[in-house]
Amino acid sequence: MEAARDMPEHTVRSYEEELRRLKDMIVRMGGLAERQVADAALALVRRDTELASEVVQRDVQLDALEREVDSFCVRLLALRQPMAVDLRLIVAAMKISHDLERIGDYARNAAKRSIVLAELPQLGSLNGFNRMARLVQENLKGAIDALVHDDADRADEIWAADEPVDDIYNGIFRELLTFMMEDARNITAATHLLFVAKNLERIGDHATNIAETVHFAVSGEVLEEERPKADNSAFAIVRPPEQGASG
Amino acid sequence: MPNAQLDAATTSEQAGGSFGGMQARSTSVLNETVRIAIRNLDFYYGANKALKAVNLSLPDRQVTGMIGPSGCGKSTLLRVLNRMYSLYPGQRAEGEVLLEGQNIIAPEVDLNELRAKIGMVFQKPTPFPMTIYENIAFGVRLHEKLPKAQMDERVEWALTRAAIWDEVKDRLHSSAMGLSGGQQQRLCIARTIAVRPEVILFDEPTSALDPISTLKIEELIDELKRDFTIAIVTHNMQQAARCADQVAFFYLGELIEVAPAAQLFTAPKHQKTQEYITGRFG
Repeated sequence: MEAARDMPEHTVRSYEEELRRLKDMIVRMGGLAERQVADAALALVRRDTELASEVVQRDVQLDALEREVDSFCVRLLALRQPMAVDLRLIVAAMKISHDLERIGDYARNAAKRSIVLAELPQLGSLNGFNRMARLVQENLKGAIDALVHDDADRADEIWAADEPVDDIYNGIFRELLTFMMEDARNITAATHLLFVAKNLERIGDHATNIAETVHFAVSGEVLEEERPKADNSAFAIVRPPEQGASG
Repeated sequence: MPNAQLDAATTSEQAGGSFGGMQARSTSVLNETVRIAIRNLDFYYGANKALKAVNLSLPDRQVTGMIGPSGCGKSTLLRVLNRMYSLYPGQRAEGEVLLEGQNIIAPEVDLNELRAKIGMVFQKPTPFPMTIYENIAFGVRLHEKLPKAQMDERVEWALTRAAIWDEVKDRLHSSAMGLSGGQQQRLCIARTIAVRPEVILFDEPTSALDPISTLKIEELIDELKRDFTIAIVTHNMQQAARCADQVAFFYLGELIEVAPAAQLFTAPKHQKTQEYITGRFG
């Protein structure tokens, strides 16, 4: 069903309006989640505790939107008995709003940690964090755009585009372990940064979940193959540098 | 003949497992045994072509739902399947409708015999103005000579299968006209299955009934498909979704799409089907 965008309108106009409203709610939620991710990263890099607190406070908006989407979907299911493309959109909206709410939680957690980090000495460069945040944000935006434009191909691209995020995460993981081994006083900052990196990595995973859901909503098919993944930090061992080798 | 329960088990297994071992309907796989094969069927009301090259298989002991807007040909197809049209001059069918290898639209087919094999239940309950018992026995007598004891048994069996026995067993010899609409419809179903057909056709069987009677009929259909192959024409899409294993969508005399119910209602392949079932129809 590629031609969903050429569909004629519903015979019942209020139903058509409700479905449009549902999409709008998801777009609004998606926009807010994007902003939370962007601001959390910015707050970290600029050591801006005020911005970080804003992110923490704004998270309740995402939670509220998720509840709104949920109850609106249940209402539509009960009252409209949706079929086919409409049914898929409603089910997808419920799943996507859940992903977006989780993304918000991760952004909030990253922002909280950046408040602590601002009190500690800067540890290495935060370029990796910057790049990672930008990538997951792009993927998030792309996935929501794919839903708005009924674009399954775009959703597929996003779905397969999480590998660079995993690569950066692996790099950060190793780098931070090294910092910790070099000097135990780095451990506090490095651990917080590690969690921030993990948060961003999880946000990327949720963005690909959304892309997967959009693929289903638009095409009616479930993506069954394994998504390409590159996060191998679970197996990583970093050896401590040789000390006093000459002695 | 394969065992019905065994089939259901294989089906749910093939469909990727079932929840709690019970699956009311096959999720995606249909029975491979075909009870009725419709091949290249055209139908004419005089010069007006009402069915165009229809190809459709009714899987054995499963429910085929037929949906589509008024005038799309779904009721016409049902009328072809038990040769109802033969009552009217000027109506004719071309092509093949195969039941056990026999083309049932061929002129030499014995219509009484055919209608014993393919029963039909109509939109409005049509009990005969006789006793409940006679309503069932009447049809059986047309085809079989049974001694009284066996006839009693057959009547009880049919009424039991139609889930109405408990409600009427104490008044078998009172008039069927005193039953409620839903009971009358179940009596008509009992009358249909009393002659032990292979196929039962339902033409909008619940459109004159209240929601509870409707659910009883739907539950009955679910029960009956263990023994009978069923085709149901309905304007109620949710009903097709609830009852049918496979659903056929007709439009302007053509079969547009046929698929397992779960697939057709979640991800139809054809644009026209999509528009119709989501309510975006011109």
